[in-house]
Amino acid sequence: MSKEKIRVRVNGKDFEAEVEPRLLLIDLLREELGFTGPHVGCDTSNCGACTVILDGYSVKSCTMFAVQAHGKEILTIEGLAQDGKLHPIQEAFWDNHALQCGYCTPGMVMSAYYLLSRNPNPTEYQVRRGITGNLCRCTGYHNIVKAIQDAAGRMRSKA
Amino acid sequence: MYPRAFEYIRSQSVAEALGHLSRLGEEAKVLAGGQSLIPMMKLRLAGPSYIVDLGGIPGLSYIREEDGHIALGAFTRHREVEESSLLRSRFPIIPEAIGLVGDVQVRNMGTVGGSLAHGEMGSDWGPVSLALNAQLRAVGPGGERRIAAKEFFLDLYTTALSQNELLAEVLISLPPPNSSGAYLKMVRRAGDFAVASVAMQMTVDDGGKCLDVGIGLGGVGLTPIKAVKAEAALKGEKVTEAVLRNAAAIAAQEADPVPDIRGSAEYRRELVKVLCYRVANIALGRIRGEAVEGGYV
Ligand SMILES: Cc1cc2nc3c(=O)[nH]c(=O)nc-3n(C[C@H](O)[C@H](O)[C@H](O)COP(=O)(O)OP(=O)(O)OC[C@H]3O[C@@H](n4cnc5c(N)ncnc54)[C@H](O)[C@@H]3O)c2cc1C
Ligand code: FES
Ligand code: FES
Repeated sequence: MSKEKIRVRVNGKDFEAEVEPRLLLIDLLREELGFTGPHVGCDTSNCGACTVILDGYSVKSCTMFAVQAHGKEILTIEGLAQDGKLHPIQEAFWDNHALQCGYCTPGMVMSAYYLLSRNPNPTEYQVRRGITGNLCRCTGYHNIVKAIQDAAGRMRSKA
Repeated sequence: MYPRAFEYIRSQSVAEALGHLSRLGEEAKVLAGGQSLIPMMKLRLAGPSYIVDLGGIPGLSYIREEDGHIALGAFTRHREVEESSLLRSRFPIIPEAIGLVGDVQVRNMGTVGGSLAHGEMGSDWGPVSLALNAQLRAVGPGGERRIAAKEFFLDLYTTALSQNELLAEVLISLPPPNSSGAYLKMVRRAGDFAVASVAMQMTVDDGGKCLDVGIGLGGVGLTPIKAVKAEAALKGEKVTEAVLRNAAAIAAQEADPVPDIRGSAEYRRELVKVLCYRVANIALGRIRGEAVEGGYV
């Protein structure tokens, strides 16, 4: 099988790679480019631990081939903190105890990031709908929802 | 798990993609949003030798009103449908239903055409296309043809499209005045396929007589089902409580549910009856101009 040349921009930096077409985007990120923030939590496209932002939209990077991301811009959890300072969503997760084992957190935070980019002031119901595609086996979601609403407030007061 | 290795082909136009499909035959599969095909490839339920990616083809993604109908390009993402103000004003049933497809990430990638072409029994596009009597425009090597939604779903994951055809567009006639519709979906957990769902679009006259109605059932058969007998029981009748209850009971008999982890056949049949009755009342409320919510139950 012939390999495909692709170019992607991840967290503001350009990368080129030659990949097998069946390489999943999550494996390009984790295995080839070293972005181990996004996780693999399932084999069935359900858990959302692999969520990244692709050209502004949240996607499950395990349900996409790397070749489909050619020419596109990707934001992973590693790209959120600026100059060593956590993003307000990360701070709010920390302050609200929105994680226990932390496995789901990179995906949860990216889904929250996407939600707040579209809706800066979501209701609790909208937050819950916004993270439908992200499973957490530890927290019971309450503190995650609280954290996302808290983050929304922090981001609004900054803007 | 890893998909089987395949050759990747990017197409720049529909004609080019059709050429690849004809040349490569059964070994080729087109890739749209990948939200059904890739999970199946990862589980090795599908293992095509060639993937023809439609992602780079310009002009396949649109929602527009023209010549008395709404046209949706096959590559329109579920998200664009969910957020369309044109659809919200013309057919509230569509964004209501498509906003319930899977989850945010799935809707950011998945497409109208992929959803219909996949022919999943519990899809949300299935019952909606049946309730709205959508026409599906397919293109193939010999030109194009229109397939009525009710002729489209043939069997489990099997549609009227042939291997070398593409679904290009979904066409829905604009509704007459005094029309509206609604969608109700019962799920075991948020983001899942329907245990049962009912889509209904209705037109009434000023006296409350049903002039036209379309009813689509999801998750209660090997394919989405058009409840034609329930439609007939409503058409031409004044929509009273008794008439509605009767039509809902008929719809339940038209369902042909397969028991699985989401629910038994009996339970699903019962759900159809309840959802059909409720969804009709939501549609009627909307025709009267009331702000009533459908969606998840
Ligand atoms: C976690 C999860 C939850 C989901 N929940 C729901 C749900 O609740 N309701 C629901 O309706 N769906 C659900 N889906 C499925 C989702 O809607 C898919 O997006 C959709 O079924 C397939 O669209 P796609 O564009 O991703 O197609 P793909 O996966 O790319 O393709 C699907 C099939 O259609 C063929 N195909 C694609 N486009 C065309 C075309 N234009 N012409 C001819 N053939 C074509 C492909 O070859 C393939 O066989 C879910 C998916 C996931 C992963
Ligand atoms: S790893 Fe579970 S959805 Fe991607
Ligand atoms: S914190 Fe453990 S899965 Fe969410």
